Amino acid sequence: MLEITEGSHAVAEAVRLCRPQVVSAYPITPQTHIVEALADFVANGKLDAEYINVENEFSALSACVGASAAGSRTYSATTSQGLALMFEVCFNAAGMRLPIVMSIANRALGAPLSIWNDMQDSISLRDAGWLQFYAEDNQEATDLHYIAYRVSEDQKVLLPSFVCFDGFILSHTYEPVDMLTQEDVDKYLPPFNPPERLDASDPVSFGMYATPEYYLEFRYEHDKALKDAREVIAKAGKEFAALFGRDYSAMVEGYKLDDAETVIVAMGSICGTVKDAIDEMRTEGKKVGLLRIRVFRPFPSEDVAKFIKGATQAKRIAVLDKNISLGAKGATALEVKDALYGSTVPVWNYILGLGGRDVRKKDIKEIVALADKGQGDQFFGLRKEVL
Amino acid sequence: MALAVGCRARPGKARDNKTGSWRVFKPIFDHEKCSKCGMCQTLCPEGCIHEDTEGTFIPDYDYCKGCGICAEECPKEAITMKQEEK
Repeated sequence: MLEITEGSHAVAEAVRLCRPQVVSAYPITPQTHIVEALADFVANGKLDAEYINVENEFSALSACVGASAAGSRTYSATTSQGLALMFEVCFNAAGMRLPIVMSIANRALGAPLSIWNDMQDSISLRDAGWLQFYAEDNQEATDLHYIAYRVSEDQKVLLPSFVCFDGFILSHTYEPVDMLTQEDVDKYLPPFNPPERLDASDPVSFGMYATPEYYLEFRYEHDKALKDAREVIAKAGKEFAALFGRDYSAMVEGYKLDDAETVIVAMGSICGTVKDAIDEMRTEGKKVGLLRIRVFRPFPSEDVAKFIKGATQAKRIAVLDKNISLGAKGATALEVKDALYGSTVPVWNYILGLGGRDVRKKDIKEIVALADKGQGDQFFGLRKEVL
Repeated sequence: MALAVGCRARPGKARDNKTGSWRVFKPIFDHEKCSKCGMCQTLCPEGCIHEDTEGTFIPDYDYCKGCGICAEECPKEAITMKQEEK
């Protein structure tokens, strides 16, 4: 049923329908509304879960690690500095192969302090071994939670997932969202049944130490499981589409790519703006298309290469990054360049929208004009007067 | 030892990791000089020196990391540390 609802509340409702047994989180802007809503659900008996109050994010994710190892479906949510505080636990949760699902209401990282949106937080954790999904709108932000649990808990994967959606731009925006019913979700998402769980009558430890004779192999297996998740995502996406009509089986989405001369590559809510800008540019005769990346980890290198190859008229690629690997480039640009290694189509990177700087249709048009002129690999929209 | 998903382990699994491979210096026990005082066994941080039925103290090289505390403390200087060729 279509409901007009705030992004955070839609996500909280989707999480409730996934029947997590343990929720532990610490409130932080702009994630707060999600965990407030979940706390209400638990207090009012709408969600039969243990809500563990903790003193910070390190403890929140640690509580989820214990609960997940004990065999519970587990949920957390955070952003920015909160995610930074979870750094160590993130690596442990993934290495122990615990399918925790965590929402990230993407926000900039300090210093300087900023509560506003960019993707530096989750992108900075790209090497932690979690899956990373990025939503364009609130419908996708909710649906990706069902998909994330299905994929994470698959025996071939057994890895945790970030479901990322832009802080404020999506989390605090009211949009129509088609909410599934409990019956729908129960049909799609079976109860969590891990191969092994903490049990006092049959003791087992998770994430023990590995000597140099074994560590390399553990990392290989972890990497393989993350890469194998590509097939599992496709299957989980197809089944979701068959049941509910919305298709998330592809890790990337092409928009008007067939005859595009300029291909924009981007992730998240900015893609809505890009699509509108493309529609306007097309009426002016400019052939522009978009390749949207929905899953950043595992990175869909083959899909990126295939879609760009399919865009036979492509003369240039403009990658938009709401993050930067300082001293290098934006993370998406680095991945796209790697995926297209050997291609002669130039790839230009634009760092934009950091710390909540608004990105509008006119900005996208300016970027396309810059790419046409062969000007790129730059911060876009710098206010030169304050430098 | 096959890998367990997530490096999960049953109790006692640490015995499978032969930490003796970390050793650089190996303690060599001279049982002629030994007075069987048991100081080496008491002070070994790995707990890997055992007393046999004759009262002789034997190191377990599978787990001895070669720290040299036994050699340092032996009142009879019956233990010497020798660099190991691997």
